[in-house]
Amino acid sequence: MALFRRHRAIAALALAAALATACGSPAQDTAKATGTQDSVDAALKAGGSITYWTWTPSAKAQVAAFEQEYPNVKVNLVNAGTGKDQYTKLQNAIKAGSGGPDVVQIEYQALPQFALPGSLVDLNQYGFGAFQKDYTASTWSSVTVGNALFGLPQDSGPMALFYNKEDFDKYGIAVPKTWDEYLDAAKKLHAADPTKFITSDTGDPGFTTSMIWQAGGHPFSTDGRNVKINLNDQGAQKWTKVWDQLVQGKLLSTVKGWSDDWYRELGDGTIATLVTGAWMPGVFKSSVTAGSGKWAVAPMPTYDGQPVSAENGGSAQSVLKQSSNPALAAAFVRWLNHGNGIKPFIASGGFPSTTADLNSPAFLNAADPYFGGQQVNQVLTAASGAVAKGWSYLPYQLYANTIFVDTVGKSYLDGTAIGGGLKAWQASLVDYGNQQGFTVSAG
Amino acid sequence: MTSTVGPPRIRVGAVRARGRRGWIFVAPFAVVFALTFLAPLVYAFGLSLFRDQAFFGGTVFVGLGNYTQALADANFWDAFLRVLLFLAVQVPIMLLMALIAAFAIDSARLHAAGFFRMVIFLPYAVPGVVAVLMWGFIYGDHFGLAADLNHLLGQDAVQPLSANWILTSIGNIVTWEFVGYNMLIFYSALKVVPPDQIEAAAIDGAGTLRTIVSVKLPAIRGAIVVATIFSIIGSFQLFNEPNILRSLAPNVITTYFTPNMYAYNLSFAGQQYNYSATVAIVMGVITAIIAYAVQLRGQRKER
Amino acid sequence: MTSVLRPRRSRTLTAVMALYLLYTLIPLAWLVISATKTQPDLLSTPGLSFGGVFALFDNIGQTFTYDNGIFLRWLGNTLLYVVVGAGGATVLATAAGYGLAKYRFRGRQAVFAVVLGAIAVPGTALAVPTFLLFSRLGLIDTPLAVIIPSLISPFGLYLIWVYAVDAIPDEMMEAARIDGAGEIRIFLAVTLRQLAPGIVTVALFAVVATWNNYFLPLIMLSDPNWYPLTVGLNQWNAQAIGAAAQPVYHLVITGSVLTIIPLVIAFLFLQRFWQSGLAAGSVKQ
Repeated sequence: MALFRRHRAIAALALAAALATACGSPAQDTAKATGTQDSVDAALKAGGSITYWTWTPSAKAQVAAFEQEYPNVKVNLVNAGTGKDQYTKLQNAIKAGSGGPDVVQIEYQALPQFALPGSLVDLNQYGFGAFQKDYTASTWSSVTVGNALFGLPQDSGPMALFYNKEDFDKYGIAVPKTWDEYLDAAKKLHAADPTKFITSDTGDPGFTTSMIWQAGGHPFSTDGRNVKINLNDQGAQKWTKVWDQLVQGKLLSTVKGWSDDWYRELGDGTIATLVTGAWMPGVFKSSVTAGSGKWAVAPMPTYDGQPVSAENGGSAQSVLKQSSNPALAAAFVRWLNHGNGIKPFIASGGFPSTTADLNSPAFLNAADPYFGGQQVNQVLTAASGAVAKGWSYLPYQLYANTIFVDTVGKSYLDGTAIGGGLKAWQASLVDYGNQQGFTVSAG
Repeated sequence: MTSTVGPPRIRVGAVRARGRRGWIFVAPFAVVFALTFLAPLVYAFGLSLFRDQAFFGGTVFVGLGNYTQALADANFWDAFLRVLLFLAVQVPIMLLMALIAAFAIDSARLHAAGFFRMVIFLPYAVPGVVAVLMWGFIYGDHFGLAADLNHLLGQDAVQPLSANWILTSIGNIVTWEFVGYNMLIFYSALKVVPPDQIEAAAIDGAGTLRTIVSVKLPAIRGAIVVATIFSIIGSFQLFNEPNILRSLAPNVITTYFTPNMYAYNLSFAGQQYNYSATVAIVMGVITAIIAYAVQLRGQRKER
Repeated sequence: MTSVLRPRRSRTLTAVMALYLLYTLIPLAWLVISATKTQPDLLSTPGLSFGGVFALFDNIGQTFTYDNGIFLRWLGNTLLYVVVGAGGATVLATAAGYGLAKYRFRGRQAVFAVVLGAIAVPGTALAVPTFLLFSRLGLIDTPLAVIIPSLISPFGLYLIWVYAVDAIPDEMMEAARIDGAGEIRIFLAVTLRQLAPGIVTVALFAVVATWNNYFLPLIMLSDPNWYPLTVGLNQWNAQAIGAAAQPVYHLVITGSVLTIIPLVIAFLFLQRFWQSGLAAGSVKQ
């Protein structure tokens, strides 16, 4: 019977644990807290050790440079997984109340999800709010929720049109300036060579939200506990009108993005364009070597010919509430994204968020041999200034992205109008939000 | 029986006392099992009685509220029926293939039996990450073998990653992985069949097939029952293979494709730990009932 | 002379089985061929043909040196988890399966029901509760978080249980008792030999299961220095996604081939014991 006594004891322990965590941290409405950078400077002087979770490849060089500059600070660099894997671990550590890092990389789309329940430190208390003028408007607004500042932006992804010049020249297609021209180009290319496609898309939540963003849509807005969702606003309608024609006309490659086959199709000319974030050149250069010299960059097509862009991807560094030395963690974040950490980041091919770096002549005028000597940053920096204003992600965007496949993905699969999928997506998101304590209204 | 000392009479009480010593052998397993399986399970059961809001509001005791919700959840039943269909078709095929392979290798009529034994087992050793890349190559209708096959046949005849084919494609991967696994269970069970029984059949003039049917098959019934039970549990918990194919077959595999994927996504994507635990427990109860029924049936036949 | 015990080898049977072998081998052939290609060749040449350069050795070198040779560290971790985890699982399952098969005590049937009931609940849904429990015990991000759950092989328990019922005659245990052997000595000296084929099978399954253990280490570990190979390879594979993507498919593939090789060696090694088990069986009585 020893077994049963033992397991009753464990059961009691388990239940106690369940109750303890069940009554865990409720969300707090963060009041605006302002302070100065003095405590950060003091922490830096005092030294200590912090843990930093990131999957960005430039981190190694950055940490080495930081430790050289501040020998009394030890940064324990941990790659806890890419994107979703890291968030799972972060979520678990937050729920367990310990085991998380001091500083963590979080993508802009995921930031509200961790900020809102009160898991991140408001950096206004260290006076970082003063840095606002140094960042592009879109990245700064991505790290602010309400009046609070939950991180400093590192990379950004203003969107542009990457196109395979070889394909365009061969079939005499002009580089599209509007989405109508883009549609024509898609038809012309596929007719000329049925193995080629204007781009690949199998339904991707990050791409979809960015496209709605560019079209002027504001499908999500959050004010405290109140959330509004409208995935059928004018922006969404503008985008689906174009994209439905591409999907239903079978003008898109159905290869899954980021798969080995996708990289292959980028290299061999099967995929003729990519509408994506400004971080893409780094990926091209390291991983699509077969495409070297063939690709070029142009502004993202628009609906009326006037330049407008949106952000796609990009991430910030935040300080976790769990941190036992938040001031030192904040000091590291400041160094990373508002100090000497930016240089090694750019050197490794990153696309920064700070306007001074984006507009420096060295950055703007660099001729890139991969793109046939084109000064691609001219186009990309211009895009960062043209990002449509007023966008925000859902406070549960990671969940939304996961169930995207069940709803909008189904439209892609069945070849039905994307609007129908967006409607189903919205319905699921309204239900979920209401269950999690928000008051969600569909607009 | 070479003992020179006469056997003492053993009292019934002594037998029972000795029986209790069986716990010496079971206890270490039981303790670790309690820590790693039972404690989380009890914890999960506790969770299933509450409803916790991930962002605002707190935890509410809802009794069996989550259970009534699960039983009326269309997504859950959609997933359940899918794995039921999968189980009904795939498990018999896989176990039959494994049995045939085990008998063939055990029969001593096969050239290079040791080689066969190892190669057939090998797929079980392939890690999941690689399985994605491998099956991406086999199933790919852009550059893969499926593309080559379609090229040969003319038009898109084979589309392993399309909605109509996907369950078959998953079944194929599971079969590929687990035939060798089950084959080894049967094979090692055949190895512990007392040889005198087989000799006796040989003396009676039974051929290979008759020996299999009348001696070997009954002798490994226990192993067949265990393999069946574990295959049933495995099918009900189907997760890895569809999850792997998700990265190849966009949109075809929903977040509630199988009950286990549903529970996983509720928990990891939606932070709906309470409801996720409920779905897992409901699924566990159904699975245990079916597995237990198979076990009882297997035992009855043995008698 | 052909009999059931010493039959003639059959070409037909071998041919039929060879067909099955082909089915088994095609995906693996792709894997091995791909391991000989460079990353650009991997993305530009057909799957079952070799690339322009035979880069196998170069790939192996890169796999072992990439990211400061972290692959070796992962290999070492995996070996640790396998030796302690799978070794322990085999011991625990063998002892418990034997105890359940050969002793009559109260609660014996309950053990069966409880174990069956517990494993019927999908483990992925229990991951969060397990994580929170282990976090309370301070086990997160330590090797123990991987090893302790690996110690349990319910399947091994059942397998030994059903094997032991038939393979160990009660008379043999009685005889040993009359010789004055204690229960533990009987287990060690008499029954282990009888059960050898079953134990080897359970050991093999436990080794492979621990070697390929992915989900639990992924949840329990955040420090790559404690990753097993599977989680590490997955991380390399995930590098292909998103901003700052750095796909290293050639290393993932070569790493996988290198991951399978030790399992093949383990198989070849353990294979000998099926034969010896058979021999042990045939001398009995």
